[in-house]
Amino acid sequence: MTNTYIFDVNNLCAKVIQEDVDILKGVSLQLRAGEIHAIMGPNGSGKSTLAKVLVGHPAYEVTSGDVTCRGTSILDMEPDERALAGLFLAFQYPVEIPGVSIANFLRTALQARLGPDEELDLFDFQDELMDRMKMLDMEPSFAERSVNDGFSGGEKKRNEILQMAVLRPTVALMDETDSGLDIDALQIVAHGINTLRQEDPEMTILLITHYQRLLDHIQPDVVHVMVDGRLVRSGGPELALELEDQGYAEWKCRHSGT
Amino acid sequence: MPNNELVQDLGLDDYKYGFVDDEAHVFRTTPGLNENVVREISKHKEEPEWMLNFRLKALRIYEAKPMPEWGGDLSALQGTLDDIYFYVKPQDQMERSWDDVPENIKTTFERLGIPEAEQKALAGVGAQYESEMVYHSLKEEWASQGVIFDSIEDGLKNHPEIFREHFATVVPAADNKFAAMNSAVWSGGSFVYVPKGVHLQTPLQAYFRVNQERMGQFERTLIILEEGAQAHYIEGCTAPVYSTDSFHSGVIEIVLKRDSRFRYTTIQNWSNNMYNLVTQRALVAENATMEWLDGNLGSKLTMKYPSCYLQGEGAHGSIMSIAYAADGQHQDTGGKVVHAAPNTTSSIISKSISKGDGRSTYRGLCKVYDGAVNSRSNVECDALLINDTSRTDTYPYIEVDEKRATVGHEATVSKVGDEQLFYLKSRGLTEEEAMALIVRGFIEPIAKELPLEYAVELNRLIELEMEGSVG
Repeated sequence: MTNTYIFDVNNLCAKVIQEDVDILKGVSLQLRAGEIHAIMGPNGSGKSTLAKVLVGHPAYEVTSGDVTCRGTSILDMEPDERALAGLFLAFQYPVEIPGVSIANFLRTALQARLGPDEELDLFDFQDELMDRMKMLDMEPSFAERSVNDGFSGGEKKRNEILQMAVLRPTVALMDETDSGLDIDALQIVAHGINTLRQEDPEMTILLITHYQRLLDHIQPDVVHVMVDGRLVRSGGPELALELEDQGYAEWKCRHSGT
Repeated sequence: MPNNELVQDLGLDDYKYGFVDDEAHVFRTTPGLNENVVREISKHKEEPEWMLNFRLKALRIYEAKPMPEWGGDLSALQGTLDDIYFYVKPQDQMERSWDDVPENIKTTFERLGIPEAEQKALAGVGAQYESEMVYHSLKEEWASQGVIFDSIEDGLKNHPEIFREHFATVVPAADNKFAAMNSAVWSGGSFVYVPKGVHLQTPLQAYFRVNQERMGQFERTLIILEEGAQAHYIEGCTAPVYSTDSFHSGVIEIVLKRDSRFRYTTIQNWSNNMYNLVTQRALVAENATMEWLDGNLGSKLTMKYPSCYLQGEGAHGSIMSIAYAADGQHQDTGGKVVHAAPNTTSSIISKSISKGDGRSTYRGLCKVYDGAVNSRSNVECDALLINDTSRTDTYPYIEVDEKRATVGHEATVSKVGDEQLFYLKSRGLTEEEAMALIVRGFIEPIAKELPLEYAVELNRLIELEMEGSVG
């Protein structure tokens, strides 16, 4: 029987390399193609760690459990292999790469997805890039700026969405994409994500978010609550509103010390 | 002696003892440097008496000066110098077997996509790769403007007055030991003269001078720009140059008259057995501008500090330097700016990369004389370390004797960040691809000034070098 889930996290435990204590204490999560899931939770719950472990950040080590993408385990794959398998992480704090323009960077990333004898058509690429930037309300000159170098928080987040728009991942993990954004920036980012979803209804998205407000603009199918390294409850979009109302206190009490 | 037209298997042992003055084939002096060698060189070139005397005097200066104790490790150099041939007749320099060329050099040629004929030329094998057609049409254009672009020997022969007026005025024989050596045995190089007000649109490429002298061990270049002239000179190549010569000591003198503008772009990628010690200097007059663009990718040890002596009011000098040191290499480079007039400006930007156990050293001088009022100078030197064993040093010398001057110096040292590597990998780049992209980003501010062909080759070279760099 084939796995109907495009992304399946099974009882995942992970810790920082050389530390003793697991940060992720058995996370289980299944995503069907085209679904939007949101993970909310208090600070220190392991939300960002989960995102980083899923894309293979070298600072972490999986201690047990498995993660499959389209039925194939990805835990033995290097980060670049996972990217080529269709995984993408929109970072919470994107790093700067001085001297490397956004255009150059994206062109290199796209070229990496082609076979050894295939050459990226530069004109097509240029058109595509301009189109994607327009969709995100970005000035064309932005493409020549060095990646994240001197960018405001909002520009960095928008740049992450731009990459998503160009690279068209199968499963996009978004780590607190809404943090640090003002209302206008938030709307542009949400519009970008929604447009991508319209273009590709099969794109699966996992939104990690601290506040409910992003979910006003992007309707999730499922909302999970993460506390102390575990997903403690899952529900529909109304769960997010409940959390907004009541906070995390109840969940922290119930599940701390386990 | 067995003898093929194009490729001659030259066993050096055959010629080690004594002269072989065979008109049709090889002429070279005995190994080592002494008065006889110098006299033979001058005689062979049919030089005027004054040049012979100049050479002999330089030889005595060379013999009197001690080996420098600073900079790179020159301890093995004296032994090398006793064994080398200080003069080999140009067309015989390059005869060597393709089989002798090291595998790694051949592989690099393949990977860089260099056409076979050019590969052989770069390796010093067989027929010279020529761009004869292009050269001839440019020669006509230059002649019509009064521009002279000749070999240095022809410069002396055909334009003795201009030559003598400027020769050794920028770098006197006594300047340093290797300038003295070069002054005694110089052979090959360029002579460039651009008349008043002439703006050359096409760069002058050393490559065009289709003779083997461009790869001479003791090149001497003299470039003169008259008032208001403008030109760009390019020499060297990013592809590795294989040479059994283990020592290269050049002198480049540039005279810029008022209001002139000049850029000298040079890239070297000598094989790893080479000592590369070069003295490059420009005298910059009122409101003139000198730009050095210096790329040092190869050699065992390079010591090179392109200099601008700002002698006229409002003169400007800039030095942009890229240095790359991999295993077994030491790049000791940088630049010198001397402010000897008011309202002069200068900038030095140095980007160096050390990989494996390579060592890159920035060595620079900023000197501001008393009276050089309102001078401004800025130095920025950045170093990137690829591996834990890589090394970088910085030796900035700042001597300011004028209160009313502004001098700035910034330096950074960085490692390729793990977070940067991870970010790029998470977008699908392999570790090597990510490294190459980061390294290219690091040198981008200077690399973007390079002529396109160099920039493209440089990018490919970096990709090659980054393979196997991780771990």
